[in-house]
Amino acid sequence: MPERPEHPAALLTLSGVRKSFGAVQALVDGRLELRAGEVHALVGENGAGKSTLVKVLAGVHAPDEGFVALDGEPLHFAGPADARAAGIAVIYQEPTLFPDLSVAENIFMGRQPLRGLRRIDAAAMRRRTSELFARLGVRMDPDRPARGLSIADQQLVEIAKALSFDARVLVMDEPTAALSGVEVERLFAVVRSLREAGAAVLFISHRFDEVFALCQRVTVMRDGRWVSTDPTGDLTVGQVVRRMVGREVSQLYPKQETEAGDVVLEVRDLTRLGVFDAVSFDVRAGEIVALAGLVGAGRSEVVRAVFGVDRYDSGEVFVGRKRLPRGRPAVAMAAGVALVPEDRRQQGLVMELSIERNATLTRRWSLSRLGLLGPRVERLDAGRWLQRLRVKAGHLADPVSTLSGGNQQKVVLAKWLSTSPKVLIVDEPTRGIDVGTKAEVHRLMSQLAAEGVAVLMVSSELPEVLGMADRVLVMHEGRLVEEIARERADEESVMLAATGQGAGDAG
Amino acid sequence: MLRRLGSWDVLVIVVLAAVVVVSSATVEGFASSRFWGFLLLDVIPIALIALPMTFVIVTGEIDLSVASVLGLSSAVMGQLWLSGVPLPLILPLVLVLGAVLGAVNGLFVTGFGLPSLAVTIGTLALYRGLAYVVLGDKAVADFPFSWTGNTIEALPGTTVPWVALVVLALAAVFGIVLHATPIGRALFAMGNNQQAATFSGISVAKTKFWLFVLTATIAALAGFFWTMRYASARADNGGGLELSVVAAVLLGGVSIFGGRGNLLGVIAGVLLLITLRNALQLADVPADTLTVVTGALLIVSVVGPNAASMIRARLRRRRPAVSTAAGG
Repeated sequence: MPERPEHPAALLTLSGVRKSFGAVQALVDGRLELRAGEVHALVGENGAGKSTLVKVLAGVHAPDEGFVALDGEPLHFAGPADARAAGIAVIYQEPTLFPDLSVAENIFMGRQPLRGLRRIDAAAMRRRTSELFARLGVRMDPDRPARGLSIADQQLVEIAKALSFDARVLVMDEPTAALSGVEVERLFAVVRSLREAGAAVLFISHRFDEVFALCQRVTVMRDGRWVSTDPTGDLTVGQVVRRMVGREVSQLYPKQETEAGDVVLEVRDLTRLGVFDAVSFDVRAGEIVALAGLVGAGRSEVVRAVFGVDRYDSGEVFVGRKRLPRGRPAVAMAAGVALVPEDRRQQGLVMELSIERNATLTRRWSLSRLGLLGPRVERLDAGRWLQRLRVKAGHLADPVSTLSGGNQQKVVLAKWLSTSPKVLIVDEPTRGIDVGTKAEVHRLMSQLAAEGVAVLMVSSELPEVLGMADRVLVMHEGRLVEEIARERADEESVMLAATGQGAGDAG
Repeated sequence: MLRRLGSWDVLVIVVLAAVVVVSSATVEGFASSRFWGFLLLDVIPIALIALPMTFVIVTGEIDLSVASVLGLSSAVMGQLWLSGVPLPLILPLVLVLGAVLGAVNGLFVTGFGLPSLAVTIGTLALYRGLAYVVLGDKAVADFPFSWTGNTIEALPGTTVPWVALVVLALAAVFGIVLHATPIGRALFAMGNNQQAATFSGISVAKTKFWLFVLTATIAALAGFFWTMRYASARADNGGGLELSVVAAVLLGGVSIFGGRGNLLGVIAGVLLLITLRNALQLADVPADTLTVVTGALLIVSVVGPNAASMIRARLRRRRPAVSTAAGG
């Protein structure tokens, strides 16, 4: 266990926190030191362990190892209620309020001020809500229902709630992701006033301009580990990005050099109002093209629209010069498109069905003879593919839910590779799977590209993008903002483009 | 093998056998072939509608309008007969009517994305109401005996109605489609997880639409049978039958949440429900009690399979840990 960091003004410390979910190590060495009266940024790639760390702070997850200490006293949270009682409040990106209750009722839910006969003292509740809003310097009617409040206002209600139980530590998990410019300014003003009142604020954001404008110190995490904590004044954006992504990427990504062939997938001006806008790109045979960007940039929505499970408002998709109709996954499949979706459990697999039925679900018709499909054919064929992908499974008749995450993902891959696709779209192909399986998946993608498959990969993991892609397309807020060739792609260029600070169309 | 023992449909078959054995010993007339002939005639319409209903429920939907489709078909038959249309022409017309009524259900469910429970409760009332509009509360009973008598004709030398064989053959077809064709695989997939089914290229909406069309068409066919069997076209024919059908399907182990069930269980469920009811009737149990029994069976059939699958899951966990350990 690492040494317990000693600092006179440390309000909250997190030391050597470790947390695994099955085979996945979400946190290996989580550390944090928050001082009273500071806004502290926590940055890291998607999957670096920030959210797990927040959940440990919030009492949602109990750490496997390590401890959380407040004022130097180690704490043990049995649940979120304990964390709140200790004075730690978490404001999530999208708060969940009771829509039909008033703002004041939401703030005092479960702790309503009472008068005689245990009746709720509505007047006192309203008065105290007004006081809280006054302290935050915002104007909101305590009596209005929570329904219809903007996300920014909902966050303020959550903050008022945190103040109402005298929270000393406020954790804000990407609070600005869904806010407009004006709303962000108002939120920052509130955060600054909280800081001046002596609270410690942990601020998680992907937007570096905000981190540098608001925060006094910044902690960088990578692969579930603490990397560094420094005053923001001592760092540049470039240094922070390098610390977020810097690692050896070579052996994890067995990229084969391939010769790009004809254009197989052609996307022209694909637009879905409010989601993505005029997205155009090509993918050639033998090429791996990565679609990079932050979570919420619209990457998954684009590939789902290409495959036909999501709608789009305008634009065209061609596969081998043939135009795909909108919203018809079966036609896309027939044209040779395969999509390994982002959410394995909800989209990739039917968890209750057996391993073999899942693996052969895409080829029900091609495996059938005279319209009949017997369990033997399915088992033989599934067995062959699962062996090729080295899936570790006991009984193929067992529900696919009995497999580990990595093996589940291999079943999804088997389901799609067995259709012999011309275009393979993979959305977060290695999310939540162990390092060994990751390398296997990457090897497989390389091999397919070498065989002439056009591969389009959505990934939030920069090393994966840089290690695998021949070209990187970067999306920012629904637009394709940059295309970077393999030679010129590095952590900084991709990250800057993804955060909307790239060199623009010049690439 | 253990898994098989824990399964609900096997249990239903065992209970059915027990009911038959006990009733044969205790209820006078139960063991007679005449009783079984009548019992099978009662089974036919319910079994017929239960076949497509199984498909619908497996996909996670429900169609409560089937009995009203049956009633409206019967009423239209009566009116067509009064207008002088010959029966060989009435039969296809009634089937087309069923298809149209089903398309209405399907359109509301898949086109407008409304819950099938709400839609078919609506059409349950609507179609029954239309039946009264068409025929009022009169009965048309002057169908030729060559048709009505033929419908309930037994196979030579037995009391088994020939229509029962047709239903059996249909059941075999439905069973094969559900359990051994690409279509069946798609039905189970969409019943368990509609999103994952869509991501696998299954046209969920289209499939469900045609299932509603199929269900109502078969309900109309059952209406034709019903009218011929009782030689009476009435607007209130088959009233409340939808509950018996749904109860039988659920009793057969089909999950009300979709995605689970098999057709053999459904056949056993239909037989159990009707055998139990007719045996009790034969034993002079009052009608109120019969309703109580049907209701209780419905509850048992919703709770039972879930309990059975919990037992199965526990058995699976107790099996050698090789499979899970290797996956870890």
